[in-house]
Amino acid sequence: MDLSTALVCLIIGLPLAGFFINGVLGLISSSYRENKPLIGTIANVAVFAPFLIALYLFFNHSADASAVVVTLFTWIDVGTLTVDIAYRIDQLSLLMVLVVTGVGAFIHLYSIGYMGHDPGYWKFFAYLNLFIFAMLNLVMGNNLLLLFLGWEGVGLCSYLLIGFWYKDMAKSDAAKKAFIYNRVGDFAFLIGMFMVFQTVGSLDFDVILGNLEAFSSEYLFWIGLLFFIGATGKSAQIPLFVWLPDAMAGPTSVSALIHAATMVTSGIYLITRLSEMYVLSPEVMLIVSVIGGLTAIVAATIALTQNDIKRVLAYSTVSQLGYMFLALGAGGFTAAMFHVVTHAFFKACLFLGSGSVIHTMEHVGEKLKKEGKEVDFDPQDIRFMGGLRKSMPSTYKTFLIATIAIAGIPPLAGFFSKDEILMHAFSAGLGEYAGSLYMILWGVGIATAFLTAFYMFRLTFSTFHGKFKLPEKVKEASGAESHLHESPVSMTLPLWVLAVASVIGGFMGIPNFVVETFTGQTANINLLHPWLDTIAADYPIVMGKAVEWLLMGLAVAIAAGAVWIAWKMYGEGRVEESDAVVTAKTGVFYKVWQEKYNFDEFYEALVVRPVVRFSDRVLAVFDMKVVDGFVNAVGGTVRLFGSLIRYVQSGVISSYALYLVIGVILVMAMMLS
Amino acid sequence: MDYLYDLNTFLPATIMAAAGLVAILMAAYKARIGNIFNFTIVALVMALAVSIRDLFGPDGTAFFDMIAYGGTAAFGAFLVTLGTLFCVVISRDYLEAIDHHYREVYAMILFGSTGMVGLAVSNDLIMLFLGVETMSICLYVLAGLIKGEKIGAESALKYVLLGAFSTGFLLYGIALIYGATGATSYAVVAGAAEATPLFLAGTALLLVGFFFKISAVPFHMWTPDVYQGTPTTLTAYFATASKAASFIALVLVLSRMIPEIEGVELTQLLQVIAILTMIVGNLIALVQDNVKRMLAYSSIAHAGYILVGLAAGTPEGYTGVLYYLFAYTIMNIGAFGVIAYYERNHALDFTDVHNYAGLGYKFPVMGVLLSVFLFSLIGIPPFVGFLGKYYVFAAAVNAGLVTLAVIGVLASAASVFYYLRVMVYLYFREPHKEYQLVRPGALFKYSLILLGILTLWYGIEPIFPTDSLIELISTYY
Repeated sequence: MDLSTALVCLIIGLPLAGFFINGVLGLISSSYRENKPLIGTIANVAVFAPFLIALYLFFNHSADASAVVVTLFTWIDVGTLTVDIAYRIDQLSLLMVLVVTGVGAFIHLYSIGYMGHDPGYWKFFAYLNLFIFAMLNLVMGNNLLLLFLGWEGVGLCSYLLIGFWYKDMAKSDAAKKAFIYNRVGDFAFLIGMFMVFQTVGSLDFDVILGNLEAFSSEYLFWIGLLFFIGATGKSAQIPLFVWLPDAMAGPTSVSALIHAATMVTSGIYLITRLSEMYVLSPEVMLIVSVIGGLTAIVAATIALTQNDIKRVLAYSTVSQLGYMFLALGAGGFTAAMFHVVTHAFFKACLFLGSGSVIHTMEHVGEKLKKEGKEVDFDPQDIRFMGGLRKSMPSTYKTFLIATIAIAGIPPLAGFFSKDEILMHAFSAGLGEYAGSLYMILWGVGIATAFLTAFYMFRLTFSTFHGKFKLPEKVKEASGAESHLHESPVSMTLPLWVLAVASVIGGFMGIPNFVVETFTGQTANINLLHPWLDTIAADYPIVMGKAVEWLLMGLAVAIAAGAVWIAWKMYGEGRVEESDAVVTAKTGVFYKVWQEKYNFDEFYEALVVRPVVRFSDRVLAVFDMKVVDGFVNAVGGTVRLFGSLIRYVQSGVISSYALYLVIGVILVMAMMLS
Repeated sequence: MDYLYDLNTFLPATIMAAAGLVAILMAAYKARIGNIFNFTIVALVMALAVSIRDLFGPDGTAFFDMIAYGGTAAFGAFLVTLGTLFCVVISRDYLEAIDHHYREVYAMILFGSTGMVGLAVSNDLIMLFLGVETMSICLYVLAGLIKGEKIGAESALKYVLLGAFSTGFLLYGIALIYGATGATSYAVVAGAAEATPLFLAGTALLLVGFFFKISAVPFHMWTPDVYQGTPTTLTAYFATASKAASFIALVLVLSRMIPEIEGVELTQLLQVIAILTMIVGNLIALVQDNVKRMLAYSSIAHAGYILVGLAAGTPEGYTGVLYYLFAYTIMNIGAFGVIAYYERNHALDFTDVHNYAGLGYKFPVMGVLLSVFLFSLIGIPPFVGFLGKYYVFAAAVNAGLVTLAVIGVLASAASVFYYLRVMVYLYFREPHKEYQLVRPGALFKYSLILLGILTLWYGIEPIFPTDSLIELISTYY
């Protein structure tokens, strides 16, 4: 076994081992379940170690090196279909592995504190490790089927973790919703996979991308579209995005890991992996972009109206994912991956920060209950927060940094990645194919950037600035502010790590023209483009330096303007008063946003209710009368025969002997005939 | 020195016979029963180790062609020893709990298993008869273990009377074959025989003897009554070890004695018996409320599935039969073991399926294990029972017996009902009253868990790129 095989086995195997150790021992031993330090250590080692290994691999893999494929064994060998359990180490998978294990590791660390008092501690970490295992299969699999295994695996873990507190019906419903919406996408994914296999007879990426000329243009269109539909499920895009906000029912560290940093970006990974195939079908590229742009602005407008801290972040995630798809469709694969990485940093940081806030708010609730004060409030509602910056300095600072990053203020991470996306949209707008549409999408992107900066600062200011509003709003809660406290180090340390990453993460993708302008010579300072060069089939950006500076300046001005307005309106933490102003200004639009464009109601009326009605009136009746009737008739007949034959078994020994003799005669007769 | 070599080929039985003698002496001198138990376990573990060695050893005949060793015979010795060991392990706590823990039990089991190994390795009709009788007499004693109660006496008496009756046929068959060929050794008989009515009648009667021992329909009538009246762990012993021995002996007779002879066609007969056995066994099992009786009929049905492999009459079929016997041994002992565990509780009558209501949630390990064994008995992947069924049915299809295989599959589909019924009670019914279960002993619990793991492991083993059990068995043919 050579070194890379061994390392890949470790990367893949350690999280799986962690899952088995914590899962099996936790299941059978109640004393192990109580041993939380050990459980936490095992689960963390199972992710930190792969992270370090991935770093080692990363530094030993040059940008122009070809992919290393590690084949462990043949998984399926049926007819002409051969599928190996084979993992691929190349620039793209390494980047994703680093994000998954790196962000994953710090979220594991955070969970030690966050889940510390939960009785399902062992189960939580077992699921979390299993998720990492599945996600690594997704990003490292060398063929579509192994990717799909990971794809389904992360879906399963997402289901398990959203419904982690499954005794609450709403949470378990949210888990089911997530799973079912994903199944719709998976269905399309499967068909796409069949079509690929039908054409090239293999599911290996090398074979698929090496035989692109074998695909007819209709196939390229349909396969691309089907995989994209799969991606809209997993990556929460219109029309399948409605599960993601509900998925916030899970523990917050899950939201950070699965529903912000990693799993939801797997659709972007998939399309980037197949980018050479996607660029051959401009129609699909356009669809991807349009859906992405629509999702970005729809989710951003909804985020504006939400008061639940996690829901705002959830819609923000949907919106940012839309941004990434906008980039993909505009031929900015590297830009999309860049945004995946930076978004993983600041959104994980934001989610973990919100978890820290919720943790404290719940603590306040418990304390008040202990004092005998019956206070009923939602610990996730920003209208009860405010002024938390004094008691939670680390959480506040990291949250603010991540907010600046997502708002697109230079030189933080989000600025560079978002700018590159807009640049690509604009560049595609200058292109021949559907140029005006791409130009509109660029406008949508700019508008979304404005909204993003605005609602994120609204969230931050309402939560941390002004006065603590719980005692104001609820009389019984007087003195609640004394119970506010900063979270333990195991929670704030990951916050700081992610905040630092949000600050410096953007420099890996700093545009060359910026440096060129200042130094006056050709620069090659951008790390990401050369790194993904061999995989991402980017459209070239065709613009003069002046235009690029102009666009960049516009983006900064828009973001800064949004921040300034948000500061004016919410800087003092007056969330409800200022929301009223926004409502008055936007009128009927606000209503639509608040109602979330009625997507859920639409599905309810169009799909859920007709299906339920059909099942209830037709299928159930068919099942009861025809299917059950048939089964019962068969069963009844068989049982009747059984009860008739049992009378032969009289218990009288002489009759037994008689049957024996009959048997002898039968055998003799058959032998001698 | 030849004798020593021969003895070496017969070592598992030799160990058990010697251990049986020591055990009966220990019993005579009133040794503590725990010591007898421990001694028996040690002896059986040794015998098992030797029999595993023999699985990979050479094959041939010994003791003047009286016995065969290696190959199928070695597999028979292995199965008998394996089944005996597990049955003994689970017997102690159970017999203790039902107050029928006698010193002689272990000696009788050891002697019985000696006879079974002798039967399973026989290469001569005389040896076959010796084996059958040594086995049967011990089983008669064990069937009447519940002394002083009507059910035990009934069980033993029925078994003795019908057993003697059937042995008569067996012996008569041997006599006729000897009359027709002047020989008792399989190879010599095969060389000398012609399809005369005398020989055919002898073969028919010999087969009747076998059909009785493997409880094929219509020679099965004793089975439910005896199984019900025997202590449960010993029922497991009856249903697995003794059946495995009889089947292996039948395989040897069919594969070594019959096929050379012109004009003797057994496929038709075996098919009819197999169909009858599968249908009747499953049908009556459907209407049983007593779990032990249900398992008795289920064991009849399983004998039917195994007969399907025999009817195929190909090397593939025999391979399937051997594998099925292995599967059947581990999953059936497991199922009986869990029932024995429940029976140790006197709170309710745990042979009645109605009293299994909600039982799965008390000591979940046991509920899960019982479910695993029942799923495997149904033949649901990924458990070993599925592979057993697959191999025998596939062999039948490849041998052109498609109708037979279809009937077999339908019959096993019907069996889903009565196995699942137990699980429905285990998990989906509310218990009628509150009661506590005793804790299973460590040895008892872990041996059942081991059986559960084996049931799962051998169900998924062929997917691993290692040498699998089925490959080992297929080298015997």
